[in-house]
Amino acid sequence: METNTVALRPPRHALDRRAIAWWRAQSALVFGVPVVALVVLGLLIPPARTALLIPGVVLAVLGAAWVIALPLWWYRVHRWENTETAVYSRSGFFWQEWRVAPLSRIQTVDTLRGPLEQMFGLATLTVTTASARGAIKIHGLDAELAARVAEQLTELTQATPGDAT
Amino acid sequence: MTTRFDGPESAGWHRLDRRTLGVSALTMAGVAFGAGIPTTIGVIGGGTGWWVALAFVLPAALLLIGVVVAGDYLRWRGTRYRCTPERLEVAFNLVFHSRKSLPRERIRSVDLTANPLHRLLGVAVLTIGTGQHEESGRSRIKLDPLARADAERLRTELLHRKEKEAAAEAVTDDHVLATLNWQWLRYAPLSFLAPTLGLAAFGALFKVADWFGAQKGVIHWAYERFREFPLVVTILVLLAAALVIGVVGALVLFVEMWWNYRLEREPGGTLRVRRGLLTTRSITVEERRLRGIDLVEPLGNRLAGAARVDAVATGMRQKNDDGKTDYHTLQPAAPLGQAQRVAALVLREPVSPTEAVRLRSHPIAARGRRLRWALVGAALPVLVLVVLGLLLTDVLLIIGAALAVVAFPVAVALAFEAYRNLGHGITGRYLVARSGAVRRSTVALERDGVIGLVVKQSIFQRRKGLATLTATTAAGAGAYSVYDAAPDEALEFAETAVPGILTPFLASPEASAAAERSRA
Repeated sequence: METNTVALRPPRHALDRRAIAWWRAQSALVFGVPVVALVVLGLLIPPARTALLIPGVVLAVLGAAWVIALPLWWYRVHRWENTETAVYSRSGFFWQEWRVAPLSRIQTVDTLRGPLEQMFGLATLTVTTASARGAIKIHGLDAELAARVAEQLTELTQATPGDAT
Repeated sequence: MTTRFDGPESAGWHRLDRRTLGVSALTMAGVAFGAGIPTTIGVIGGGTGWWVALAFVLPAALLLIGVVVAGDYLRWRGTRYRCTPERLEVAFNLVFHSRKSLPRERIRSVDLTANPLHRLLGVAVLTIGTGQHEESGRSRIKLDPLARADAERLRTELLHRKEKEAAAEAVTDDHVLATLNWQWLRYAPLSFLAPTLGLAAFGALFKVADWFGAQKGVIHWAYERFREFPLVVTILVLLAAALVIGVVGALVLFVEMWWNYRLEREPGGTLRVRRGLLTTRSITVEERRLRGIDLVEPLGNRLAGAARVDAVATGMRQKNDDGKTDYHTLQPAAPLGQAQRVAALVLREPVSPTEAVRLRSHPIAARGRRLRWALVGAALPVLVLVVLGLLLTDVLLIIGAALAVVAFPVAVALAFEAYRNLGHGITGRYLVARSGAVRRSTVALERDGVIGLVVKQSIFQRRKGLATLTATTAAGAGAYSVYDAAPDEALEFAETAVPGILTPFLASPEASAAAERSRA
């Protein structure tokens, strides 16, 4: 990698700090449901108790490590930026992705708030282009900020001529 | 008529063709016949007399046909379409009211299809697409069916709305770019279609045998035939039979699809592909929607020096309703020279960008990745066979060993080929990306057609110093990738191909790393 002459710089803005808690809640749900199911079943069915409790405990330990550690790493990776000419994002865990969409090619800008995101006061900003595979999604933004950015982007893109294809 | 179309605003509203009733009646008769025969035989086989069987099956068949034709009649009664100078509208007014309206300037493709029944009755189906969110199907209007002549007229009217403008810019552009050469027939069996069809034929045989309750009989019959021969001979004979059936099937299919193939450029700036023996198809794409071409060379064709040309255009159907992907093929598999010539003609370039470009090869680390994938892919089935062999029977061990002997060299060869085929370059208005071993695809994408960029790097790629660059576009598959290039080279390529998109986000690696550290 020493021979590199250029590289993509990280986008300017981090997500909202609350995104870490939001990710933790999500992961906790994903791990929590099977762990609770295994433990409850293990307590109710004495003959299969060890067979159910051991995977339950293992899953709980793994889940706890996941819930504590990974969101911190994701928070460092996930960044975004909007300039006067483009929207730029970096996302992904094992597969990192840098996405750029020029404003002149943007078709729609939406904000979406899932039930869990609402609890944390967060929103997802989705920027679509005419390409079926060109959308940029920025999860875990402060809801008000997302709405403001969406409005700003919509105004800017409407001012840009062309049919965006 | 008592519908609301008879008012003063009814001007210009047309019905679909009444012969649709004939089409659906005959189609359902075919379905009823196909389903009725095995049912009848099954019932008779169950010990019932044939008249009793008929007494059950015949009314059921008639009822089926009646219901479907009645449904189709209602659809026909309710549907009207009209073409105003601004819009194409389709209305349905019968119990439900619905109205679909497409602005004519957004119409991007108009396709005509006629299956044998349509042709028998002199009608055709017109499909009009706008290209916006094609997959939702909402932006497509299907007029099913129109009288053949009406369909042709409407097609011309919808596409050549700016005839005067077009006539001013290019007068004598109306000509044939390619027609069918029967020598291309030899490439038809050299695809994966042939073995697939062969295996499908065996499947169909068992299915039919199953209808007649004779599945065991067939297996028994085959077993009797081959009893004297060793297993290997039996397998080889069956494989050969499947291959012969597959080759014949592929040839027949090619003839059906590409009979009378013509690729034309029409006044008004459209490209039109016409083809088909039994079902005739006419596929049109506006040239200003064309963003490039894809030169596709499946392994078999590549070994024989053949390639096909697909259009990369916005608003074109990626798949037809059966999920076949031949709707955007402009030129079937033909000698590479012919394919390149057609590509150049289609793009109005002196030389096709896929030919003119000098492709840069990718870092050697990309070969290592492909080798690892290939070896894992080959090892998995062998491993499964070995494990099962150890647990169950030695025969599986022998099969596993045989598979290993074949699979590993093939996998390694494909991996080397896949690496050799990686490449990217820029020529004129186009960027060119090539990849794939089993199906090599060389995409020439208009640089102006790129509407976004994505750089992707897995943790493995990061360790090896590789990255995948994807250019998103409104046309074709929506995105085309340069796989496993050196990251700085990929970024430079993107900067040269589509200047400005990445510029504000580039920095020297040291500055990037410093920015990263200061935020961490």
